[in-house]
Amino acid sequence: QQLSAMTDRFIHQNTKQTTIFINNEWHDSISGKKFPVFNPATEEKICEVEEGDKADVDEAVKAARKAFELGSTWRTMDASERGRLLNKLADLVERDRLILATMETVDGGKLFSTAYLMDLGACIKTLRYCAGWADKIHGRTVPMDGNFFTFTRHEPIGVCGQIIPWNFPLVMLIWKIAPALCCGNTVVVKPAEQTPLSALYMGSLIKEAGFPPGVVNIVPGFGPTAGAAISHHMDIDKVAFTGSTEVGKLIKEAAGKSNLKRVTLELGGKSPNIIFADADLDAAVEFAHIGLFYHQGQCCIAGSRIFVEEPIYDEFVRRSIERAKKYTLGDPLKPGVQQGPQIDKEQFKKILELIESGKKEGAKLECGGGPWGDKGYFIQPTVFSNVTDDMRIAKEEIFGPVQQIMKFKTVDEVIKRANNTTYGLAAAVFTKDIDKALTFAAALQAGTVWVNCYSALSAQCPFGGFKMSGNGREMGEYGLHEYTEVKTVTIKIPQKNS
Amino acid sequence: MAVNTLRKGKGHGEGRLSAESGPLFQEHPVGSPVRGAAARQSSRGPGHSFPRGRAQALGASLSVQRVPGEHQPKLPLIPLGSGSKAQPCLAFSLQIFINNEWHDAVSKKTFPTINPATGEVICQVAEGDKADVDKAVQAAKAAFQLGSPWRRMDASHRGKLLNRLADLIERDRAYLAALETLDNGKPYAISYLVDLDMVVKCLRYFAGWSDKFHGKTIPLDGDFFCYTRHEPVGVCGQIIPWNFPLLMQAWKLGPALATGNVVVMKVAEQTPLSALYVANLIKEAGFPPGVVNIIPGYGPTAGAAISSHMDIDKVAFTGSTEVGHLIQKAAAESNLKRVTLELGGKSPNIIMSDADMDWAVDQAHFALFFNQGQCCCAGSRTYVQEDVYNEFVERSVEKAKARVVGNPFDFKTEQGPQVDEEQFKKILGYISTGQREGAKLLCGGNPAADRGYFIQPTVFGDVQDSMTIAREEIFGPVMQILKFKTIEEVIERANDSKYGLAAAVFTKDLDKANFVSQSLRAGTVWINCYDVFGAQAPFGGYKASGNGRELGEYGLEAYVEVKNVTIKIPQKNS
Repeated sequence: QQLSAMTDRFIHQNTKQTTIFINNEWHDSISGKKFPVFNPATEEKICEVEEGDKADVDEAVKAARKAFELGSTWRTMDASERGRLLNKLADLVERDRLILATMETVDGGKLFSTAYLMDLGACIKTLRYCAGWADKIHGRTVPMDGNFFTFTRHEPIGVCGQIIPWNFPLVMLIWKIAPALCCGNTVVVKPAEQTPLSALYMGSLIKEAGFPPGVVNIVPGFGPTAGAAISHHMDIDKVAFTGSTEVGKLIKEAAGKSNLKRVTLELGGKSPNIIFADADLDAAVEFAHIGLFYHQGQCCIAGSRIFVEEPIYDEFVRRSIERAKKYTLGDPLKPGVQQGPQIDKEQFKKILELIESGKKEGAKLECGGGPWGDKGYFIQPTVFSNVTDDMRIAKEEIFGPVQQIMKFKTVDEVIKRANNTTYGLAAAVFTKDIDKALTFAAALQAGTVWVNCYSALSAQCPFGGFKMSGNGREMGEYGLHEYTEVKTVTIKIPQKNS
Repeated sequence: MAVNTLRKGKGHGEGRLSAESGPLFQEHPVGSPVRGAAARQSSRGPGHSFPRGRAQALGASLSVQRVPGEHQPKLPLIPLGSGSKAQPCLAFSLQIFINNEWHDAVSKKTFPTINPATGEVICQVAEGDKADVDKAVQAAKAAFQLGSPWRRMDASHRGKLLNRLADLIERDRAYLAALETLDNGKPYAISYLVDLDMVVKCLRYFAGWSDKFHGKTIPLDGDFFCYTRHEPVGVCGQIIPWNFPLLMQAWKLGPALATGNVVVMKVAEQTPLSALYVANLIKEAGFPPGVVNIIPGYGPTAGAAISSHMDIDKVAFTGSTEVGHLIQKAAAESNLKRVTLELGGKSPNIIMSDADMDWAVDQAHFALFFNQGQCCCAGSRTYVQEDVYNEFVERSVEKAKARVVGNPFDFKTEQGPQVDEEQFKKILGYISTGQREGAKLLCGGNPAADRGYFIQPTVFGDVQDSMTIAREEIFGPVMQILKFKTIEEVIERANDSKYGLAAAVFTKDLDKANFVSQSLRAGTVWINCYDVFGAQAPFGGYKASGNGRELGEYGLEAYVEVKNVTIKIPQKNS
């Protein structure tokens, strides 16, 4: 109760920004509408936020377009100065780390310690990483045939629409804005309707850091309205989306129907995690566990198909159950709690429905399998064994704390089975054998392959999906390509010399 | 023994330096430069007077004025100096920095560092020699051992430390700028606005590279998995010049530390102070002990010990071509250490008759006279096309005469003293050679004061390519103007030099700009500008102006070994 009172006070003090951020100013929605934001641990309303829609997106795009005009402060700024602003923003996020982490916890149901250490740590590092790139995005001079001098300029694309998911509200926001800004774009961001608070707080930090008005605009709202307005917009040059594969298709379709805006998508997954009998079993069990249960299973990279080699299958299942049973569920703000709630009622119901399908289709429910507590969207850590590839729980993305463990016999078999999915986001293999490790590194159809580890992500590494897990890559140097247009400039010269 | 944390009454120069009394910071009325009573040359232009009346305060002066000009960035008070007796400005250690600790020289020797504006000793500094270099190398090697904190550190964390160092230098910017001016003689406004700005930006630039200098995976023929690692070279010896003491230190430290090397640095004997202060900041930033070691000392002793050391993996040197030869030779004779050199120049600056004349005169003047002419890239052969030659010469002389020479702590001063007596004499020698060989002395040509190493801004016209002043690096405020007729002719003449550091062309014609810039044999070519530097752009010399490049992504290459790793795999797939 004391905690709850403290939470209320915190929310009251720190959620001053509940309106739309355009041109470094705060605006009510044009429609006058607001929407409620809930704490998934209590199902209670935290506050109401202005609900952006097409008209608000239009305003944001106008501001972003203006900030992107030739001769504007933003366009004439030194690249190194863009880097300095991003570093400044990192400093401010670091300063307000506690506030932002608490917001992620209250709004997103994320464990406070995780939010503080992992999410905020990743945010700060990503901002600094991209800050460093700002003046290192090199064009080239090109040895073109003929008497010409040819060079390329890596120019910003322009106005970028960016649609952020609810599972890592801040990290995903920063994964989007940091590369866009270091390349010199302007952005119109829509945070998820479930988790708009930390993004809006960032609005004030962006202003404080000194980004010129209109460079970053933040419009909270829903997908079918504000999100659709972004993806259909005729004056948005690029859209980046992280979320479900289902919505990813809509976005690409909208881009095709409107102005052929560039599209990058980071979508769902059903990532295989392959454990060989020669692996370090303790490490494999732990990584497989974290690879699935991290953040209540709400990760696009979740290792949700665990293929275990026959000789160690039973032992692996036994230890995995033991590990899953150790959990303390509860209010994610409380120290000692290890699993928080799912994000909302819709997800909660969907996960329980998939658990039911698993039982019905003959998988063996080893532990968990139901809701937990009398309020909030908590689900017990759930482990299924004897899962076969044709079951729904082996094919569909559950996005919850539900682990599927399958058995395999041979290398060829498991490669085929692991790749037999429409997804291709991540994959892992656990083995001490160098040949097996490198064979799988090459054979798995996934944007990220981990060997003897899982969920190891950092700003330096590109991330994205094969197949229906997405288009394009985020982070690393590769991630910058998605935010630049390459311009070839060719000048006639009197005489060429090498 | 010389005391290295100088307080009052130690060293030789304190009497002069502490002569002033009064508040720590004084402010002179804006627009009243101290100037003039006793400059000794008679033919000087309006700006050439030297503030003899203030001479004794030079360097430790407390004067605080605004920079002339309309859009003046606000300069902070100069934090040098003194209440009544002490030299709080030197309240930091003046010893050898090894393992994040301060040491006397093994020999216990010290050497004086001189204020070039007065010729007087500022203080004594520990004099490193071979034995000290050995100690530093040992510390560096220990810091570089497999499994050490530095080797195991995340690359991004190396970047964070470099950014922190930049923050600390920014914090102490005014102080460092003042030290730089005191020790080197460059105008404080320049130290503060140019040198320190570039130092901070350089460190931040390389901070960003630390986790972005990628190896590659390689599609090797056969059933193999092949990749490269960019590993640090190891112990890097770095020898810093005196003309931009802090900036050259940053140019050297930035890429070396971003890529994970350890450093044994020798700073110039003329200008050791700012580098030693930075050593404190390196420690404060949190670099592990032994990662950076800094040794003040002389070239033939400490410098030679570095370049011939069997346990130093790489040496980087900025300085004269003459010494560059010695370094390369020492590397060859010892352990074939990698060598990068950034050496002298005699850079051509070509003014076509279609150029914007105001701008070209202005830039050509700046190209030569910036930093008292003590720039390796100085535009010291100004080639002017025949039909504008006379006008250009006339305006250049006018401009040189208007150059304000004097107390470098005076915000109106554009030109301070040369760095030391040796340079001062050498430059005057070149000036008389120029006269003797028949060049036309159009202004200047003499010392500009009766103490300190000041030289009048000097312009020679009718210079011929064969004259000594057209071939050798003068490294002083002496401008050579030459006449040319055609593009082909000037390209040939411009390239007829053993040097190849920089070059420039001024023209409005796109074809000429492209043709000339492609034809010039120089590591940097400026078009319609001069001395444009940024950490992003590589810098270095063709021919005898050096080996390798500093700055930019290219600058990282000198600080990594590329390791190719090839692993046999059962079966290759694309």
